Amino acid sequence: MQSKNKIVVIDYGMGNLRSVKNRFKHMDVDATISSDLSEIAKADKLILPGVGHFEAGMKQLKDRGLLELLEEKVIQGNTPILGICLGMQLFTNFSEEGNVEGLGWIDAQTKKFDASIIQSLHKVPHMGWNSINVTNETVLTENLDTNDLFYFVHSYHVVCETDQNVLTKTTYGYEFVSAIFKDNIYGVQFHPEKSHDIGKQMIGNFVKAA
Amino acid sequence: MLVKRIIPCLDIKDGKVVKGTNFVNLRDAGDPVVLARKYAQDRADELVFLDIQATLDNRKTLVDLVERVARELDIPFTVGGGIKSVAIANEILRAGADKISVNSAAFIRPQLIQELSAKFGSQCVVVAIDAKEIDGQWIVHTSGGKVAQDKLLVDWAKQAETLGAGEILFTAMNADGTKNGFAMDALSELSEALKVPIIASGGAGTSDHFVDLFKNSGADAALAASVFHFKQIAIPTLKKELAKKQIPVRL
Repeated sequence: MQSKNKIVVIDYGMGNLRSVKNRFKHMDVDATISSDLSEIAKADKLILPGVGHFEAGMKQLKDRGLLELLEEKVIQGNTPILGICLGMQLFTNFSEEGNVEGLGWIDAQTKKFDASIIQSLHKVPHMGWNSINVTNETVLTENLDTNDLFYFVHSYHVVCETDQNVLTKTTYGYEFVSAIFKDNIYGVQFHPEKSHDIGKQMIGNFVKAA
Repeated sequence: MLVKRIIPCLDIKDGKVVKGTNFVNLRDAGDPVVLARKYAQDRADELVFLDIQATLDNRKTLVDLVERVARELDIPFTVGGGIKSVAIANEILRAGADKISVNSAAFIRPQLIQELSAKFGSQCVVVAIDAKEIDGQWIVHTSGGKVAQDKLLVDWAKQAETLGAGEILFTAMNADGTKNGFAMDALSELSEALKVPIIASGGAGTSDHFVDLFKNSGADAALAASVFHFKQIAIPTLKKELAKKQIPVRL
């Protein structure tokens, strides 16, 4: 399995990627962290993690020559990719964080939590363990139950144009999209690498993904 | 629904857990990595590591420890003790911590909170405040609770929030170790004054204290050390009790 399952965690200068790699290591899955274009080009599966500012994230992808390579791998080559947190948000068309365009792989936008709706009871960032409601069945959500809890830390969330791309929803003041998918592209707002056994289950599901 | 968090705190000295622990059947009960794993299995929602002897010499030991813990632990964890600068915080976060906690250094130089939140985001920055009730006023104390400051708990907490604190960890010194319950009045006052999450510490003795905390104070999380270490309260049992009382928890 390992030989056909070379997983590369893309290092583009946005936050600490070690926790993602540690989880794979624990599961005896061969994963490397790399910013090297030739290494990324050889990957069978990709992870785009990231914590930080959307605009800075896009700029890093561009400056490192990753925009073209990712387009080629993911859109033309159908390589499975899992975006985590900022990584997921970068898949969308546009973000209010910096008012910049994203990769545009998923017909969606990234917006700040609407403070007027979520009221004073709910604080931003949304931080802590919250449940997911699975709205579409995919390999990523296999053996997960609605009400399984994942660890979240974010101030922005994704708004999809169509429910076809919505994988899970979560309620924090109001219901928002907490995971997205389209063909070989998966994105999760929460941190499976920090979500204990249930996060491990989800990472395992991605490893199995065709 | 966002759940209430239960957070065990491990005091660290020279890379080992101090304030003995009572976990049986552990070959090295003082090993932070072993204890961290045990707490994760018990479904603790986060862990806090507090270096109680943070000196320059010890920082390398602490960074090594953070790396070892990060390798093993798949729940979020916070590291505090002796973090006086962005550079030190960066070392700890790069080693794998999810958040850093600052206390006296932030009180002495509040600008530190701003620097840390600008660099790492406010979600990374926990401001810990020790306070003691003296003649009906909650007075901030620094240097491990040894030095009384001329500042009220709520005033300092609000200032810390404005500067960019992502969470406030409030330890009620009067209640700490008494096992008589959390400092409910101070916590309610804090909760009304702040928008950021509040972690309550000090006074936990029974499951009912946690029920009272989450029902009546507005706190988002509870932190405790000895009741967990000495198994007076087991986290799985505590969470079942909380769930029975309709408090949302991760079971």
